[in-house]
Amino acid sequence: MSGPSTFVPKSALGRWFESRLPIGGLVHSSFIVYPTPRNLNYWWTFGAILSFMLGAQIITGVVLAMHYTPHVDHAFSSVEHIMRDVNWGWFIRYAHSNGASMFFVAVYIHMLRGLYYGSYKAPREVLWILGVIIYLLMMATGFMGYVLPWGQMSFWGATVITNLFSAIPLVGDSITTWLWGGYSVDNPTLNRFFSLHYLLPFMIAGVVILHVWALHVTGQNNPDGVEVKNVERDTLQFTPYATIKDSFAVVCFMIFYAWFIFYTPNILGDADNYIPANPLSTPAHIVPEWYYLPFYAILRAVPSKLGGVILMFGAIAILAFLPWLDTSRVRSAKYRPMYKVFFWAFVLACLGLGFLGSQPPEGGYTIAARLLTLYYFAFFIVIMPLLGLFETPKPMPATIADAVLGKGGSAAAKH
Amino acid sequence: MNRFTTFGLAAALSLGLLGSGANAADDAHGKLPTRQSWSFAGPFGKFDQAQLQRGFQVFREVCSTCHAARYLNFRDLSEEGGPGFSEAQVKALAAEYDIQDGPDDRGEMFKRPGRPADRFPWNYPNPEAAKATLGVVPPDLSLMAKARSYARGFPMILIDALAQYQEHGVDYVYALLNGYSDSKDANHNDYFPGGKIGMAKPLADNRVDYTDGSPKTTQQYAKDVSAFLMWLAEPKLEERKQTGFKAMVFLILFAGLMYLTKKKIWAAAH
Amino acid sequence: MATATMADEPTRRDMLFIATGAAAAVGAGSLAWPLVSQMNPDASTIAAGAPIEVDLKAIPEGGIVTVKWRGKPIFVRHRTKKEIDEAVSAKLADLPDPQTDAARAKKPEWLIVIGVCTHLGCIPLGTQGTRGEYDGWFCPCHGSVYDTSGRIRKGPAPKNLEVPAYAFSSDTKLTIG
Repeated sequence: MSGPSTFVPKSALGRWFESRLPIGGLVHSSFIVYPTPRNLNYWWTFGAILSFMLGAQIITGVVLAMHYTPHVDHAFSSVEHIMRDVNWGWFIRYAHSNGASMFFVAVYIHMLRGLYYGSYKAPREVLWILGVIIYLLMMATGFMGYVLPWGQMSFWGATVITNLFSAIPLVGDSITTWLWGGYSVDNPTLNRFFSLHYLLPFMIAGVVILHVWALHVTGQNNPDGVEVKNVERDTLQFTPYATIKDSFAVVCFMIFYAWFIFYTPNILGDADNYIPANPLSTPAHIVPEWYYLPFYAILRAVPSKLGGVILMFGAIAILAFLPWLDTSRVRSAKYRPMYKVFFWAFVLACLGLGFLGSQPPEGGYTIAARLLTLYYFAFFIVIMPLLGLFETPKPMPATIADAVLGKGGSAAAKH
Repeated sequence: MNRFTTFGLAAALSLGLLGSGANAADDAHGKLPTRQSWSFAGPFGKFDQAQLQRGFQVFREVCSTCHAARYLNFRDLSEEGGPGFSEAQVKALAAEYDIQDGPDDRGEMFKRPGRPADRFPWNYPNPEAAKATLGVVPPDLSLMAKARSYARGFPMILIDALAQYQEHGVDYVYALLNGYSDSKDANHNDYFPGGKIGMAKPLADNRVDYTDGSPKTTQQYAKDVSAFLMWLAEPKLEERKQTGFKAMVFLILFAGLMYLTKKKIWAAAH
Repeated sequence: MATATMADEPTRRDMLFIATGAAAAVGAGSLAWPLVSQMNPDASTIAAGAPIEVDLKAIPEGGIVTVKWRGKPIFVRHRTKKEIDEAVSAKLADLPDPQTDAARAKKPEWLIVIGVCTHLGCIPLGTQGTRGEYDGWFCPCHGSVYDTSGRIRKGPAPKNLEVPAYAFSSDTKLTIG
């Protein structure tokens, strides 16, 4: 996807086809000769892992849709039918439900990697923003998918999240009614969520293509944050080098994934979702899936309904402005001693918010959630802009080749 | 990269400490069940067929007088990985029940002897009828062992995932059935949130007549029926764990091969 | 010495690549299998396809009753003397799919066939006046004509109407399947 290709097929038939649809050249330039920085570490394999997860979710999802019934009277039973009667149904369903968690594990690592190594900085702003859009679409997809089994948490999760929109002044109530297609979460809601849950992954796939396209225009960032200067010395061909490394990482990730599917398939879920939805009784603790917990904690940290909703969506939206909030000239945290500390404090704050999101919103928990929310936003709005002005970066290697060979910069000092 | 990894671990650990401290406060839901040893726990876990058969007997003679189990079909009882009844036994068992069918040619519903493909029938035609007789609608037992749990808190849940402890639900069920500690109040239960449970003490010594020589005690009944409910909630558990072992062995070998291949290819790059 | 290692090296490397590739193929295959297998009939469908019983007392001579089994119509036909004679007297040489009537009906007065045209799966007509020139069934889709034994006589269908497994559990009870 990066410019015209010099690829010429070997066979006459290949050349005939290529002159009519140059798909071979596209694949050749994007996935074979595409240059990747030599110094990429394993944190750079999560793009491939995410592609694998997207494929796995779409395939298992299409299969589940062959057996699932999106109707309030049959949804729960059809899921149990899949678990009990359909050949390999238990495997496909557990692969899909745990696959959502794995997808988020991978995306969080992918995002934190970008944050640590400054992958959002110029000229990769559009690449980063496309990533934020993918993340938003993933959250919407995951949420609507969780509603489909029509258990207690499905129902009450849907009720709570759709009620967020009622916080919008003037039109809030009309919007929730419109979202529900009724006066509460009910059959019309389930039907449209099923339709959209089926649609959104393909939209994700579309944005992923744009994301990869943008990546191949600017080239990858790398752990040292130094741009490629000499393609010969600084890079390796995508195939076979990145291909085999990514494949190895995907297989390792599959071991992790398989552990959950086969050995602890329900540990990331909530027991309440094995109780059929009951619109007349709310479970004692409404907790979203783990991957939403930090945002749920931010929502509850604010004593005002509208304020909480604004802050929660703001926590995601702010990511899109990151390229302009960071004022540092240096990309990689490897050469930013102060940023490194604030970065890890940010990771801890996110984990802390995640933990607080799973606890009842009372007493010390609320105070802690407020403090961590404060840090979350301060990290972007205060620390990022100021740090660029006050921090003294460590000496950096001049080229990627130097970094790999241990010449120059702090790399030489350490090894 | 190394830095990134170490810090990540440190972050996870310190959060674990934070979590364990905060957890003690979350205990207003009745006593926490104690962990039991089950034949179906762990990566090689299997159901004990004799135990499932006894559990079914308890379920049939005690639980099913009030509770439904709408995802239990007679045919399931002879499926692989289950109680291991023979198909003939299941056929005979199903025939003992009258199943409503119809409408017939005259447009009327009628009763006929059960068949293996039928669902295990409930004593009540609908939840309203159950409520009219019992005062409450007894929850369906099909998924009970997965639909109940108790809070383990943030760091423990990760440890449980690693140690494959996931029998929280069945431990709760077992604890609850043994949790009637007040001899004067049949509705008092140590493990039920709030301490008052609608179901009066269902089990008593000698209530079910075991034929295989197992002790006829409340504890034994509770243990057997809990195991049965676990099977009922997760009938493919054995198949899942056995497939998992094969998948794991394959994936680890495959990862090893991939690693060697990767090294070989990258050798040219250095 | 040097030449020996040179010759050695590619073989060992190739072996590794072949082994890895083979493992990848095995992995992909075993992942694909559940996705294929899930489309086969599930346990509840198989259980629901168990044999069914039909009460023969309710079918008068000359009558045809259609019962549903495994999602298909089964024609249970109480044949008249005339219909039996027609079926028995047909010359095998005249039949596109030669079969004697005795091979298709365990008791002459009862003919049990799956009511699905062997051409492309339509349901042939069998009420009075729509039965076609051989008094059996007529398929309106493409004009296949069946006789009173359910054998194909005319039209594009290649085979006789299929006879399902059945047994008479008593004089008045029929078990299909």
